[in-house]
Amino acid sequence: MNLLLGKLTLDQIPYQEPIIMGAVGGGALLVLAVAAAITYYGRWTWLWSEYLTSVDHKKIGIMYVLLGLVMLLRGFTDAVMMRIQQSMSLDPNPGYLPPHHYDQVFSAHGVIMIFFVAMPLVVGLMNIAVPLQIGARDVAFPFLNSLSFWLTFSGAMLINASLVFGEFAKTGWAAYPPLSELSFSPDVGVDYYIWGLQISGIGTLLTGVNFLATILRMRAPGMNMMRMPIFVWTAFCTNVLIVAAFPILTVTLALLGLDRYIGTHFFTNDGGGEQMMYVNLFWAWGHPEVYILVLPAFGVFSEVVATFSGKPIFGYKSMVWATVAITFFSFVVWLHHFFTMGAGANVNAFFGIATMIIAVPTGVKMFNWLFTMFRGRVRFSVPMLWSIGFIITFTIGGMTGVLLAMPGADFVLHNSLFLIAHFHNTIIGGVVFGMFAGINYWFPKATGIRLSEPLGRASFWCWLVGFYVAFMPLYVLGFMGMTRRLNHYPNPEWQPWLILAAVGVAIIAVGILCTVLQIVYSIWKHEELRDTTGDPWDGRTLEWATSSPPPIYNFAETPQVTEIDAWANMKANGGGMFVRSTPYEGIHMPKNTPAGLLMGLFSIGLGFGLVWHIWWMVGVSAIAMIAALLVRLFDDDIAYIIPADEVKDTEMRRLAGAGQS
Amino acid sequence: MFVLKHRLGDGAVSVVQRLVPSKSRLARLRSASIVLGFALLSAGCRYAVLDPSGPIAAKEKQLILISTGLMLLVVVPVIILTLVFAFWYRASNTRANARPDWAHSNAIEVVVWTVPLLIVITLGWLAWTTTHALDPYRPIEENGKKTLEIDVVALDWKWLFIYPEQNIASVNEVAFPVDTPVHFKITSDTVMNSFFIPGLAGQIYAMAGMRTELSLVANKPGTFGGLSANYSGAGFSGMRFNALATSDADFEAWTRKVAASGHPLDETAYGELAKKQENSPVVYYAPGNAGLLQSLIDKYRHTPPPEHTGSPMNASAAK
Repeated sequence: MNLLLGKLTLDQIPYQEPIIMGAVGGGALLVLAVAAAITYYGRWTWLWSEYLTSVDHKKIGIMYVLLGLVMLLRGFTDAVMMRIQQSMSLDPNPGYLPPHHYDQVFSAHGVIMIFFVAMPLVVGLMNIAVPLQIGARDVAFPFLNSLSFWLTFSGAMLINASLVFGEFAKTGWAAYPPLSELSFSPDVGVDYYIWGLQISGIGTLLTGVNFLATILRMRAPGMNMMRMPIFVWTAFCTNVLIVAAFPILTVTLALLGLDRYIGTHFFTNDGGGEQMMYVNLFWAWGHPEVYILVLPAFGVFSEVVATFSGKPIFGYKSMVWATVAITFFSFVVWLHHFFTMGAGANVNAFFGIATMIIAVPTGVKMFNWLFTMFRGRVRFSVPMLWSIGFIITFTIGGMTGVLLAMPGADFVLHNSLFLIAHFHNTIIGGVVFGMFAGINYWFPKATGIRLSEPLGRASFWCWLVGFYVAFMPLYVLGFMGMTRRLNHYPNPEWQPWLILAAVGVAIIAVGILCTVLQIVYSIWKHEELRDTTGDPWDGRTLEWATSSPPPIYNFAETPQVTEIDAWANMKANGGGMFVRSTPYEGIHMPKNTPAGLLMGLFSIGLGFGLVWHIWWMVGVSAIAMIAALLVRLFDDDIAYIIPADEVKDTEMRRLAGAGQS
Repeated sequence: MFVLKHRLGDGAVSVVQRLVPSKSRLARLRSASIVLGFALLSAGCRYAVLDPSGPIAAKEKQLILISTGLMLLVVVPVIILTLVFAFWYRASNTRANARPDWAHSNAIEVVVWTVPLLIVITLGWLAWTTTHALDPYRPIEENGKKTLEIDVVALDWKWLFIYPEQNIASVNEVAFPVDTPVHFKITSDTVMNSFFIPGLAGQIYAMAGMRTELSLVANKPGTFGGLSANYSGAGFSGMRFNALATSDADFEAWTRKVAASGHPLDETAYGELAKKQENSPVVYYAPGNAGLLQSLIDKYRHTPPPEHTGSPMNASAAK
């Protein structure tokens, strides 16, 4: 093996693959164009100090959302490629993607959508909203927050690097051994998978710790647990799940890594390996992960439905207990992912029934959103459209989920396209719709710019219609006996449905285009779409009590909370945050630091070195990461005081701006 | 926890039994399925899962329809109420009775917790009974006919079927007489696969070093597509076989054909067969190597497993 480059050689770069090279070239051109634009407008310093080295939760949140949206384009491109392949590949037509490429595409699609689209969007919205909703000035550990983001970013970049150097896993997104073991997957694909997920997984775990501390310790005075906004409750439960579940994934991938790197036999066929152990461990993380994603989406819908119905959420306590119940039950259902692995009827029935029980608190949530609209004054702004679309779509997804929880039914539906339709029904209908509702809802808060409504509505309708056209055929195909991950198939009766599904994906593509246009257009027209009020939706919770975007310290004076929906309460009682009783004081804030960015970038080197067995790169990167961390840890000069006068000026400008409209 | 999972030991297998639906039940199911909005799906033999040819698959279909019907009791009202509430309480509707401070009602809370709970209790009861009735390990009794034993080995990327009693073997084609219980013992000499004949029964994973089991009965003669339902690498899409459900006489003829045309499944032949190959053709072997399944399992199990305790909840490696 080459000491300098490890296993990496020039022929690992797929020059001969026009699709890959096109994607890489296009991506490179885009990056160059962005870099050129930043240079042209002289914004590098601004970018460095306002974003890259920022420890401000709002800026980090924006970067998470941006990462999620960019990776959505990549994950969606994979989806388009799969749909085109399957709409063509009726035997004897092999389609345009051979298994070698196609199998990477579906594996990358799953990994990217879960880890690098849904997770960054969820964590991004939590970053933007949670500290503001609890009246805090930042998260508990601002530097750790920056590090979390850059580790997530690095994981995503490592996965992207597999496009150019070598290949990605051909194992499906769950990478079941023994297929993912060295003997069946000798290439570097699975190694990219392992290290990409390990690095971003550490970032996610740190986020969990950070937000638990933030929510438990940094709430405004008077905001006891039962006065927290529902989004904060769901964020709290999600972070409990992250802290409890992500270490399982870390250990599982570490064991798989040991098998592949030093020849242990944790999950191999021989040597006493136990492949079923991996499957259990993977889903012991994997099922809570589903709720890690969907609980914050439920939280967004709770905020949006209450705000746009002009009412408090119906049955606040029910909502809270339903969330807590889902959190608990999400840990006792993992076996429903493999009823067909040979467990006995008692075991299968136990996990099937436990799964169905989750439908009860989820059903309660549905009814509570309904009764929040009941007797309200419903405004159909874009976030509300996403929420109504969600209630209808997710209900169908929940129904098919309970069906799959029935072991007897699962024996014929497992691993079929029915399953694929089901989880896209809940992840798109729940998580994606929730994230778009949240982005439309909080964009004005995070940036000070309202998003264009017409383009937002267009995006919503394309996604909604596109979703049904793309995924209802998959339910049908499941009943026709079509399994997932087929590269080609013999049954001509499947083809019309697959073509219909491809049409649905095309409609979703228009929806994504509308979202991109919506953001670009709104930034372009920022003068006329500016939110000067800080409260564009007549909101109910504390994030709307400050300006848009909020000053770096969020609140000049810590709000006093006496009820649920603190901000609606203040508005009803006149004044609230607009009335200043005490003189302004200096505010203590954390300083920017490049340590998180540097550690993240070095971790790309670490992961890349590990993938290709370039040991000097592993060593250098690891030492650099530790050095950056030590420099940061021994740095005492990590905070500064914003002078009282500056706070006063900022607040005066805010009040003047809010007074104008 | 692992102990909970597997019942790969001597556990007597399988599935189906007394669940044979009568003609009229099938007819009722069909009309019910139309009522449930599955009209399209029950149109014909295209819908493998919804047009079962064996009692297990029939029971599984019935379970799908009943569960769906029960859940629609909540799903339909939720969808209708969403649209009605959103429409009626739109901000521009001056006739709507808006009450911006109304956010609690004990009566509604009781209903929204109770109704889903009752439905889930019903579904849970259904889950408990059907999971036991449809357990693939449960033995089948069908008109006192002797059970046909077939060993199944998943390979890259083909299915090997071994008939220990008939002393024959075949690749990517399996045959059995109708109305006769069939008992499959399944393992893998490669990665994880899932053995599945959608028109006849549910699926079960095939894993190296382990033995899973599945029983089924075909009630109609015909050719049924079989496949691997668990992705297993490059040749996965072509890993298909035909399951031929035949008359007793035709089954006899088939075994004679295999016995006459096959070559021995000895070590060399198996070594050749175990090599990676995509879209493998049908191959016949005779004699069929009755001990192969067990020797393939033993190959991965260096140490003998502990004695099986007999409890259905206890795992043990196959003996």
